[in-house]
Amino acid sequence: MNPNIQAANEEALKRINEGMPVLVDIKFAHEVLPGMRKNIIGHSGPPIDWEDMCGPMKGAIVGVIKYEGLAENDEEAVKLVEEGGVEFVSNHSMGAVGPMTGMISYSMPLYEVKNETFGNYAYSTFNEGLGKVMRFGANNEEVLERLRFMETSLAPALKKALTHTGPLNIRVLMSEALAMGDEMHQRNIAASLLFGKTVLPAISRVVEDVEERFRITSFITDNKQFFLNLCMAAGKAMMDPVKNIEGSTVVTAMSRNGTNFGIKVSGLGDEWFEAPVNMPKGLYFPGYSESDANPDMGDSTIVETIGLGGFTMGAAPAVVRFVGAASVEAALNYSRDMMEITVGQSPSLLMPTMNFEGAPTGIDIRKVVETGILPVINTGMAHKEPGIGQIGAGIVEAPLECFIKAVLRYSEVYNI
Amino acid sequence: MSKKSDVFGKPMKVINIGLETFYHSLKEQGVTAAHVEWKPPAGGNDKLLAILDKMK
Repeated sequence: MNPNIQAANEEALKRINEGMPVLVDIKFAHEVLPGMRKNIIGHSGPPIDWEDMCGPMKGAIVGVIKYEGLAENDEEAVKLVEEGGVEFVSNHSMGAVGPMTGMISYSMPLYEVKNETFGNYAYSTFNEGLGKVMRFGANNEEVLERLRFMETSLAPALKKALTHTGPLNIRVLMSEALAMGDEMHQRNIAASLLFGKTVLPAISRVVEDVEERFRITSFITDNKQFFLNLCMAAGKAMMDPVKNIEGSTVVTAMSRNGTNFGIKVSGLGDEWFEAPVNMPKGLYFPGYSESDANPDMGDSTIVETIGLGGFTMGAAPAVVRFVGAASVEAALNYSRDMMEITVGQSPSLLMPTMNFEGAPTGIDIRKVVETGILPVINTGMAHKEPGIGQIGAGIVEAPLECFIKAVLRYSEVYNI
Repeated sequence: MSKKSDVFGKPMKVINIGLETFYHSLKEQGVTAAHVEWKPPAGGNDKLLAILDKMK
């Protein structure tokens, strides 16, 4: 059987571009994620066993176990895992995404994003901010206290605020932020401000206690990456309807668990095609170097999967230095390169600095393997030891091996 | 048809395809050069090329 790949990929591109992600509510993981129980922990990337996890992932899992009250301390938490008392699940299989270690557990609040065009829902956690945070593997009391604040204070406030603002169209926010210089993976300054501009007046009306209101509003405005998780939920909501188009060679998910990088392909169902993750190249915070860094990690590559992040670096000159790119011209070239490996462009996510070209959209595994041009990703870098946190930001490429494996499987499945 | 002597008598302008080190070497010598990034399709892997050919 030789499917009509071009027609299948045009359908995939159409579905991505017609996707309309809207923030509709805040829900708890146990309310909405299929099969969620107290001893289930969602993680980023393709499925992985405890023995194969990297340091930050193990550190975050120990933290989640303490946060959920399943253990009193680190030793008890590790013992619980080794005795099989905890089950690990890939976030993507629950309709959810999380940055870096991507921890999602029973009590955590989530953004609920609905793709209004196709009626499907996707979820992501809230962004914790920078420094010692669970997504980078930190797990001390400061980290857990912040998570409890997000659960008991921030989440109810955002939920109430949304009843005042009504549903928020995330595609419109992404489009405006792209025009303001964000690529929405390592630069979310404009997007976070636009989100704050919309929700903060409503929060001021729904939170009565002055100190609590101050902490909530400061938490949102102090975090330049606050919007990242919303962009990720929007990306997941946009890409899920692209799954299972007969014959399509378009990538529907890219994600990393800190050990392996995995991709999914529309015409190949839910199978992950995996290869070892690469080490990002970039700039380290003072006192750190590449020898301290953990390899690439997180579900946040859903941002590149919809054509943002590294794919639209040309629209974000201010991110160039932060991720260690050589020049603005290099950033423009990254976006030009991504046009070589995608099916088409976005009609609404436009890059003013590139004469309003649309974001390169719909990664085609055939084009990646044929050209050798690899999807480029802007990413944060975690310390390889658990508990330390973010130590830099940089650029990394998806491993070619994932795409080669997908092409080989495609030839088997479609007998060509 | 230009003569060999014409080539050697004029400043060289080079388009370099593939290995970038040759381009940098020329630039260091002050030669006007442009680099074209090029790799063999599918890294020159015959099996992959055959599959990709059928997937067009």
